[in-house]
Amino acid sequence: MTSLQQVCTEARVQWDKLQDSEVPVLFVGAATCGRAAGATEVLEALRERIERDELNVLVIEVGCLGPCSFEPLVIVHKNGSPRICYGNVGPDEVVRILESHVFGDDPCARWALGKMTPGKLDGIDDFNTHPMMHRQVRNILRNCGLIDPENVHHYLARDGYRGFLKALELGPDKTLEEIKASRLRGRGGAGFPAWRKWQFCRDAPGPTKYLICNADEGDPGAFMNRSLIEGDPHAVLEGMLIAAFTLGASQGYIYCRAEYPLALQRLDVAIGQMRALGLLGRDIQGSGFCFDLSVKKGAGAFVCGEETALIASIEGRRGMPQPRPPFPAVSGLLGKPTVIQNVETLGNLPLILRNGAQSYSQYGSESSKGTKTFALAGKIKRTGLVEVPLGIKLKDIICEIGGGVPDGKALKAVQTGGPSGGCIPAEKMDLPVDYEALTQAGSIMGSGGMIVLDEDTCMVDVAKYFLSFTQAESCGKCAPCRVGTRAMLSILERIAAGEGQMADLEKLESVAQTIRDGSLCGLGQTAPNPVLTTLRYFRNEYEEHIRKGQCPAFVCSRMISYHIDRDRCSGCGACARVCPVEAISGQKKKPHAIDQETCIRCGMCLSTCPARYAAVFRRSGELTRVEPRKEVKRKSD
Amino acid sequence: MTSSRDKGLSRIADILAKHPANRGSLIPVLQDIQQDFGYLSEEAVAELERRMGISANEIYGVATFYTQFRFSPPGEHTILSCQGTACHVRGGRQILTELEQRLGVTAGRTTADGKFDLERVACIGCCALAPVVAVDGKVHAQVTAKKIPSIISRYAGEGNFS
Ligand SMILES: Cc1cc2nc3c(=O)[nH]c(=O)nc-3n(C[C@H](O)[C@H](O)[C@H](O)COP(=O)(O)O)c2cc1C
Ligand code: SF4
Ligand code: FES
Repeated sequence: MTSLQQVCTEARVQWDKLQDSEVPVLFVGAATCGRAAGATEVLEALRERIERDELNVLVIEVGCLGPCSFEPLVIVHKNGSPRICYGNVGPDEVVRILESHVFGDDPCARWALGKMTPGKLDGIDDFNTHPMMHRQVRNILRNCGLIDPENVHHYLARDGYRGFLKALELGPDKTLEEIKASRLRGRGGAGFPAWRKWQFCRDAPGPTKYLICNADEGDPGAFMNRSLIEGDPHAVLEGMLIAAFTLGASQGYIYCRAEYPLALQRLDVAIGQMRALGLLGRDIQGSGFCFDLSVKKGAGAFVCGEETALIASIEGRRGMPQPRPPFPAVSGLLGKPTVIQNVETLGNLPLILRNGAQSYSQYGSESSKGTKTFALAGKIKRTGLVEVPLGIKLKDIICEIGGGVPDGKALKAVQTGGPSGGCIPAEKMDLPVDYEALTQAGSIMGSGGMIVLDEDTCMVDVAKYFLSFTQAESCGKCAPCRVGTRAMLSILERIAAGEGQMADLEKLESVAQTIRDGSLCGLGQTAPNPVLTTLRYFRNEYEEHIRKGQCPAFVCSRMISYHIDRDRCSGCGACARVCPVEAISGQKKKPHAIDQETCIRCGMCLSTCPARYAAVFRRSGELTRVEPRKEVKRKSD
Repeated sequence: MTSSRDKGLSRIADILAKHPANRGSLIPVLQDIQQDFGYLSEEAVAELERRMGISANEIYGVATFYTQFRFSPPGEHTILSCQGTACHVRGGRQILTELEQRLGVTAGRTTADGKFDLERVACIGCCALAPVVAVDGKVHAQVTAKKIPSIISRYAGEGNFS
């Protein structure tokens, strides 16, 4: 068998050749998000053209580079020209790029996001100076979107598995020291120092230890873990090797949610490659260290992201949390000491070992070291996956990297930490993003989901949304969580329906306290957070719902009515055709009207009325909201 | 000639052979059976009870805990409407309402003609392109209520060609 060293050397030669390839190379971002945006069609068009014209062009599918709102993304390597990253590339654009840039001399600057390698090109700036990129530090995501995630040689050529080899060289004790010195904290939500958990596990008696990678990513609105696994699976797996070696674990599991089929496939492929390279199994790289890995597919229960529930699920039982202590690090899977670590926490390990703890902790704030990935979504101009040093201001992420709120609307709040987190109001955008600061503001860092909310988002509705989520996902084991979330949800539903009372607000706060104090697991303990932060920062909005029966954001459907402005209506009938309950009547070319009795307030008429008429308007209590009329824009390219 | 029942049983035996014979295999086995048969039938559960030595009661206890498992045959196509946070604040609820109206079923049910399952899902990780709808695993990004009929019709006609 060829040694890993030899494979690495050969991989590096091949990689260097690819960087200077005579043959043009097109790297197409084909992660789940890229495919949803149309990467599959781009690949088809590209391959069809290549086949038809018998072109000598290499096509490589890569993971997600991060700027999802610009997907599909294509990076083009053409010898003698800087590499260019193109955004919003459809099947037509990719063929044009092939003709004009690859086999012509027009670099199609209008579609370019930036140059990825040095050199001058008129009208195209460096990709790193792009507003979405220039504040980012891409360490964990360094390979995402740049390498073929199914080709382990790409990973090896970029110093892959060097961190693990370093750990083997140091031995478990010194590796633990290194992790301790890096001050790495868990990225799955709670921010517990990784080394401490490892210490507990190592100190626990018995030779059998387990390591579990938590890839359940249950926070609805977060996709950091999916992107990392899809784009660079070996980074996570190398992290698992390092952790297992330090713990003395001989078996590892990856608990990945079933909603991520591509990530699951990537893991399978990568694990096979590890086996072939002698990075799994007995006596790994002649070190005497034995370790094997298997993937467990989640079955759709949010609570299974909680450590003890996750263990129950792997054991083939109902995913119900257990009281702690004993902590899993002492007694976990099958009663053995078990360390559970988030995908991104593990993804940090190769970095720390390769570059040293000192280099790692140069980034970050005093209490929160390193970089962290965040998933930007919601009402934000540039959505996607970003990586920044911890301690950066919230507004740098939202306003600079994300470009703020689109359509001239005002920023209202940023939701972090998902169902366990809270809403940070626009006035607090100077907040540094670190574990302590976010907790003080009433939210949590969470795993990295950031949902931006604008003036059209109703905070009562957001609170109700999260409570209905936690209420549905409560496993039902403890009464405060099971009954309490139900009670809070009905109060919120009442308020949203215009039937709330001022006393309801105190009631919400007192039930919240009961749930916090009396729940067994994190799901219950943190379930009130979204309500408490919105009450803290947006109490007036609750009061407006209760006192005036109006929803200032025009979201709570029970409080809004839809109307047609007779002067604006052209009688085109578009609204009447889409209304599901036939509540709209009127003669052709004459103003239409909505029958309030029949209307179910679905809003289809509002979204259907052509912008040049904008004749549908809304009322809520004393408020009226008229949509601006827009001239039709002609489609240009 | 073997009956379809025997064939079913031998497929279950094949699935069991792929997993270690321990309790931890229960969920992966149920997932494989659902993958193969589309749902967990009474016969399949009875067969598992016999072969794995876990009572049917216990198997149902575990399976009903997880939203992934279903106990009736699925429709021809599965439509997932994302109700995650990013999709919610970008109008995911209206998309689901529109799907319900167009298909004439509420979420969690199968259309009368057996063509479509309509289900809600709590995020499929394409939040940056919200709101999203996935049909048979293909994700449709930035969906609007207006696009729903054309998405449905793309799948509705298909059966006639086979
Ligand atoms: C209800 C609930 C859901 C959770 N979901 C996840 C999850 O999806 N992914 C994750 O890494 N951690 C999740 N956690 C946190 C884990 O229990 C655990 O703290 C984490 O995986 C530890 O890894 P870390 O220290 O590397 O962050 C969840 C916790 C709770 C209470
Ligand atoms: S707090 Fe809620 S989810 Fe957690 S164990 Fe209790 S009932 Fe289950
Ligand atoms: S919230 Fe819909 S895909 Fe994540």
